[in-house]
Amino acid sequence: MVRRYGGRFHRMIVLDNLAKSFGSRSVLNGLSLEVPDGKNTVIIGPSGAGKSVTLKLIVRLLVPEQGRVVVDDVDVGEMDRDELAALRGRIGYVFQFAALFDSMTVAENIRMGLVKHGYDDATIRERIEESLDVVELSGAEDRLPAELSGGMRKRVGIARAIALKPRYILYDEPTTGLDPITAAVMDQLIIRTRDLGVTGLVVTHDMRSAFSVGDRLAMLHDGAIRQVGSVSEMRASHDPVVRQFIEGRPEAIMLEPPVRRSAG
Amino acid sequence: MTPLAVSGAPSPEGFIAHVGRRSLEAARALADVGTWTPLLAIQMRRLGVDSVPIALFIAVFTGIVLSLLSSYIFTGAVPLYFVGALVGKTIMMELGPVLTGMALAGRVGASIAAELGTMKVTEQVDALETLAYDRYSYLVVPRVLAATLMFPVVTAFAVAVGVASGWITAINLLDLSTAEFLKGLKQFYQFKDVWFGLVKSASFGFAVALMGCLRGLATQGGAEGVGQSTTSAVVLGCEAILVLDAFWALVLL
Repeated sequence: MVRRYGGRFHRMIVLDNLAKSFGSRSVLNGLSLEVPDGKNTVIIGPSGAGKSVTLKLIVRLLVPEQGRVVVDDVDVGEMDRDELAALRGRIGYVFQFAALFDSMTVAENIRMGLVKHGYDDATIRERIEESLDVVELSGAEDRLPAELSGGMRKRVGIARAIALKPRYILYDEPTTGLDPITAAVMDQLIIRTRDLGVTGLVVTHDMRSAFSVGDRLAMLHDGAIRQVGSVSEMRASHDPVVRQFIEGRPEAIMLEPPVRRSAG
Repeated sequence: MTPLAVSGAPSPEGFIAHVGRRSLEAARALADVGTWTPLLAIQMRRLGVDSVPIALFIAVFTGIVLSLLSSYIFTGAVPLYFVGALVGKTIMMELGPVLTGMALAGRVGASIAAELGTMKVTEQVDALETLAYDRYSYLVVPRVLAATLMFPVVTAFAVAVGVASGWITAINLLDLSTAEFLKGLKQFYQFKDVWFGLVKSASFGFAVALMGCLRGLATQGGAEGVGQSTTSAVVLGCEAILVLDAFWALVLL
């Protein structure tokens, strides 16, 4: 069943007035953002601002209390199980600490999603090879996650996501905890993936990475998007919150509001 | 997506709706046969076959103690061949299933809670979901089913070994022959003794694995959270065994 909004088909992710809280702690409060097709959108903001929560709302790992997520004109909240499974095949998710299945080899990790989506053995082998080639880890098929460095694990995480040839990939803090060179390699991978035609939504607090991979930047502050713009627009922003964050000045921390209590 | 048993249900209507939703989720997870079937054999080996040594260890010593204890109680008042009856009945109906269940609540319940808890806090459970797997079909069903099927098998071995160990103790340490021991064993034996014990142990397996899975999937935080889930899975598993034990005695005897 297709539920269209408006007359024309919009291939994009739309976050519409999202609110999410955990217990009495309100994390998102009226977040709205459009993630246009074919570009890398980067959500920047301090740790604990709700960036990862936003990504989890998109694939319904979490459910918002208010607002809706619309992917390719279909409301994610209204999807049944089969539609949700299909959506998750279209959206790759790269976790902050890779979240590889630690009892499985690299190849088995990548295989998991492919098997679930019903590919035959030959295609699965081909896709594993292809995706490891993209992340430059060919030959690591039989290694276990515990034998890999943090950066390699993240690259396997990307390989696992792109093996399904998704239209979108969500990256949760892709460069956090990596040395500068490995972080730069990750950035290149994210750009290369976009050039393969995959729309990226990256959340990060690493401004160097944000400027490097982002076509559009969105600053998350106080549970909502403070400002959206191109890299040059954001660099030229006069908003004190944005300026302080991208320049990494310590007063930015002072601007963070005290923990808000949601009503009731 | 809070796993059952932990999320609060304020009103009776809310509770019924909650139970309804959970039952529906369980039915859907069970219906997803293609996902859990390949994992069932692996779990049956890990939760069942690998638990046999600890169960047999307990059974051997239970048999010895029961044999000595009954001869001590019966001295003078009751014919000694009743040792066979007491050892057989108590091991088949009560001590075999319950002691095996308790040991496996520690081994199986803890290992499930720790494994799923670690997967939860390292986002592996989320990763499964993003790859379109259902956490209940992939993680919960094979474990609960494997434990339900394998607890009776392990218990059956434990009962056999427990009775044998009671018999060996009786003929070696007590003034009792094999024929007398068997006479006592047969005198009060009913087929019900066996299936009563096995039905109980199947329900213990179900409860222990379910507690392990639910506590594991409800894990919050890091290593400390995994520790808490593991402890509470074992405690809840043991409590469930004792409650179910009383329930079956009330219903089936």
